Amino acid sequence: MAYELNGATIEHDEEGYLTDLSQWNEELAVILAKDEKIEMNDEHWEVVNFLRNYYDEYQIAPAIRVLVKALKKTMGKEKGSNKYLYTLFPYGPAKQACKIAGLPKPTGCI
Amino acid sequence: MSDEMQEGPQGEVKKFMYVNRKAPYGTIYALEALEVVLIGAAFDQDVSLAFIDDGVFQLTDGQKTDDIGIKNFSPAFRALGDYDVTKLYVEKESLEERGLTRDDLMDLTWEDEDNDWEEKPSIRVVSREEMKSVLSDQDVILSF
Amino acid sequence: MSILHTVNKSPFQKNDLASCLAHVSDDDAVLLIEDGVYGVITGTQAAGQISKSPAAIYVLGGDLAARGIGEEKVADGVKIVDYDGFVDLAAKHKAVNSWL
Repeated sequence: MAYELNGATIEHDEEGYLTDLSQWNEELAVILAKDEKIEMNDEHWEVVNFLRNYYDEYQIAPAIRVLVKALKKTMGKEKGSNKYLYTLFPYGPAKQACKIAGLPKPTGCI
Repeated sequence: MSDEMQEGPQGEVKKFMYVNRKAPYGTIYALEALEVVLIGAAFDQDVSLAFIDDGVFQLTDGQKTDDIGIKNFSPAFRALGDYDVTKLYVEKESLEERGLTRDDLMDLTWEDEDNDWEEKPSIRVVSREEMKSVLSDQDVILSF
Repeated sequence: MSILHTVNKSPFQKNDLASCLAHVSDDDAVLLIEDGVYGVITGTQAAGQISKSPAAIYVLGGDLAARGIGEEKVADGVKIVDYDGFVDLAAKHKAVNSWL
C-alpha cells in the first residue's frame, strides 16, 4: 500500500500511517488530509506542526489528553480543548492529526 | 494534579508501581515497560516508577543509538510529566554499584499546571531502605 | 499490608534472588518458582541468604519435583507449597512483585 506523490511511491500501513516518517512533507500532508476529508487551514497546520515538533523532541506521538494539555499551555484555553480539536479533526485528533503529520499512531490509541 | 486524581468509574485511585530492573537495549523489557506506562497513564491512577539494578541504565544522559539500529527511546522519559507520571524513584545503591551518580542521569522534570507550570524534578534518588518502604506502599506492582 | 515476591531465575545465573531479598520488608513473603527453586538447596550461598531473610520463604513443590530436587535438599525454614498454596499466598498479600 502506498501514496503516489510527484512520481515517488510512499509506503503506508493498512491504516494509512506512513511506514517511513522521514518521507513526510507538507505536500504529502495535504494528500493525507484529503483522504480524511479535511481541507488543511492554518488551524490544522498549527496542530500538525505541534505534533511533529512533539515527536521530534520526545520520539512518541502524544496521547490525546497530553496533546490537549500541551496546546492549552502554548495556545491558551480555547485551543487546548477536546472540543476545538474535534472541530478540526472530527474523526479523532489523535488518529487523524497524527496520520496527517506522518507520525505513528499514538501509543495507547487502539 | 488533584483534578486528575478524581475517582474514575472503576472506584478508588490505586498506587501503581512499575519496577524497572533491565538495561535499555540488550532486551526488549525496558521499551515494553515504558509503553505500558504510557498506555496505563490513561487510567488516572497514582503512578510511579522504580529503577533498581540495571534498570538505572535506562536513565543515563546522552544515549545515541544511531550505530546499533535501535530507536533511542530515552527522550520519551522526558514526556512522562505530560502524562502525569512525576515520581521516578532511582535506587542510590544500584547507581553506586554501577559507577554512576545522579549527574550521569537525564535531568527529568515535570511542569506543575496548578502552579504556573513550575518545573519540578521527577527523579528521586532513594536508598535501598527507602525503596523497600516505597514498594510496601503500593497497591499494584508491575515488574519488568 | 505486605507483598508476595516471586523469583523464577536460578540464583547461580542471575542476581534476581539477591536483589529481591535486599528489597523485602519483614512481613513480606518470597515464593521461589521455576528455576528460582534452585535457590533453596541446602548448603548453598543462596540458601544461606534465604535463611537470613526476615520474610517467610516458600518454594513451589511441583517445580522442585520437576527438577529432581528432593525435599530433603530443601533448606530449613523454607515451606513447600503446591499450586493451591501459591494461589492462597497471592490472595493473602496486597500485591505481587515478580522479579523477572
